[in-house]
Amino acid sequence: MEIIMSVLAGILFATGIYNILQKQMLRIIIGTALVSHGAHLFILTMAGLKRGAPPILTEGIEDYADPLPQALILTSIVISFGVTSLLLVLAYRASRITGTDNMEELRGNEHE
Amino acid sequence: MSNLAILPILIPFIAGILLAFLNKHIPLVRSLAKIITVAQLLFVSWLCYLVYQSGSIILETGAWKAPYGIIIVADSLAMTLVLTTNIVAVACVFFAPVSLTEKQERFYFYPFFFLLITGVSGAFLTGDLFNLFVFFEVLLMASYGLIVLGNGKVQLRESLKYVLINVFSSMLFVTTIAFLYAIVGTVNMAQIAQRVQEVDQAGILTVIGILFFFVFATKAAIFPLYYWLPNPYIVPNPVVSALFGALLTKVGIYAILRTFTLIFVHDPNLTHTLFIYLAALTMIFGVIGALSTHNIKLIVAYNIIPAVGFMLMGIGLFTETSISGTLYYLVHDMIIKGSLFLIVGAIAYVAGTSDLRKMGGLIHHYPVLGWMLFIASLVLAGIPPFSGFIGKLLLLQGGVAQEELLIVITGLITSLLILFSMIRIFVKGFWGEKSDVLPTKPVKTAPFTWPIAFLLTFSVLLGLGAEWVYPSVQSMAEYLMNPDLYIESILKE
Repeated sequence: MEIIMSVLAGILFATGIYNILQKQMLRIIIGTALVSHGAHLFILTMAGLKRGAPPILTEGIEDYADPLPQALILTSIVISFGVTSLLLVLAYRASRITGTDNMEELRGNEHE
Repeated sequence: MSNLAILPILIPFIAGILLAFLNKHIPLVRSLAKIITVAQLLFVSWLCYLVYQSGSIILETGAWKAPYGIIIVADSLAMTLVLTTNIVAVACVFFAPVSLTEKQERFYFYPFFFLLITGVSGAFLTGDLFNLFVFFEVLLMASYGLIVLGNGKVQLRESLKYVLINVFSSMLFVTTIAFLYAIVGTVNMAQIAQRVQEVDQAGILTVIGILFFFVFATKAAIFPLYYWLPNPYIVPNPVVSALFGALLTKVGIYAILRTFTLIFVHDPNLTHTLFIYLAALTMIFGVIGALSTHNIKLIVAYNIIPAVGFMLMGIGLFTETSISGTLYYLVHDMIIKGSLFLIVGAIAYVAGTSDLRKMGGLIHHYPVLGWMLFIASLVLAGIPPFSGFIGKLLLLQGGVAQEELLIVITGLITSLLILFSMIRIFVKGFWGEKSDVLPTKPVKTAPFTWPIAFLLTFSVLLGLGAEWVYPSVQSMAEYLMNPDLYIESILKE
């Protein structure tokens, strides 16, 4: 199971990075979202996917899933959510003011 | 007693929240911000004194025992850096009302400023790797807010790049933590160090170490990951540039220093030798950048990069002398980069341009500013009576002792070129005939000069008072070179 998940995370990373290397702003943001999905999936996988109950204390259950990575993922999801929304607004403002969403046209001149 | 350790994080955090509610009353916000930063500086210096006197203060939050809960470790290194952060913060908060427009101040400059300080202090004080990631995000989020403040076309364009590179490196950070968690099963730095020690840093752990290095190198702008730095750093207001230049890259360097003196220390032939080469390349490329431009802000922004190279060189050489050189240089560089950005900000303001070719003869109108720039250039290049000299001397001594002569020579040549790049501003901008592009009526510069003079005083004191500072730097280096001290102080067994 871990191997399948690792391959999936790898695919997410590859597609994410491919999208980040594109010219269009929105594609880049989709790329960062894909990369963060890959990273979150990766935390879950690396902690081990052995079977166990959800980490809620219940009587009579000995075997639980590892609760720590789930807490880490939750934190990381909220952070990347915040950053992604900021990035979207920033891209919206930048494209409105500069009149383009093509990253190649957003190069700076030396003195302006 | 141990609750004191969290206050350097908590005070700016609460101040940030408080000031967000008062944003319409600018005079009140200004004076509150000044009072809070000065009070905080006094408190942190007292705390620093306490830590020097009686050893590190360790706070186990929520009374959870060390490896299980989050811990705040106020050891001598972290407290020194928090103290330096607060010194820079005081200068910036006094500079801010002069250089910011009222509109920018009303749009939450001060809350973002205090949250940035929260993030930086938190990153210095935490003893937990995932918590370090969270504090990195706290300071980065605040920096995103500060960099777009003003909403100019250039700012939007450059901040987009800045945010993108940081989002990517943050995700890489999370992935690397996942790798490490899979191997050692903990995120507490002391316990990670202990477990890495037990397995003698097997192959995969070195790979993870290098991944960590890549993450922190992106934050710290080390060759080949420095290309994002210069442009985003010069587009915001000078006071924001000063905060960024003084604090942000140094957090990355601190993280490298911590991880590679505490956790990944068992395969120095591979990792630390790599650092020496990268340090040399960082110095060369950074200083070439500084020489290649006529924009005074860009010259200073590029000068961040060779300084980072010097600090990395000390970590790479990995002896007690070189690590104390790195520490000395780190503190010195935080202060001098802050003051340099403020000085060039003031120069660009009074000259009405940041292009060196359009300036000239500024010394006739602004002698104080000119001589401050001159002193700051000497400090940066490492001329003997000032603070840059001792750090560089220790680094070069460490290099000679390790017989890494190539890096020593690179370091010396880089220092010369740094001096050249800075003196060029002084010679072309301040000497010569009065330029006709300048506004005829001189601007009053007294409000600009006080915060800069405040920072430069520390630079000069750090150089002249080296005899008093050096013993504590040396004891810090001793402490860093002996990771067992850190591990034992946290996992008391």
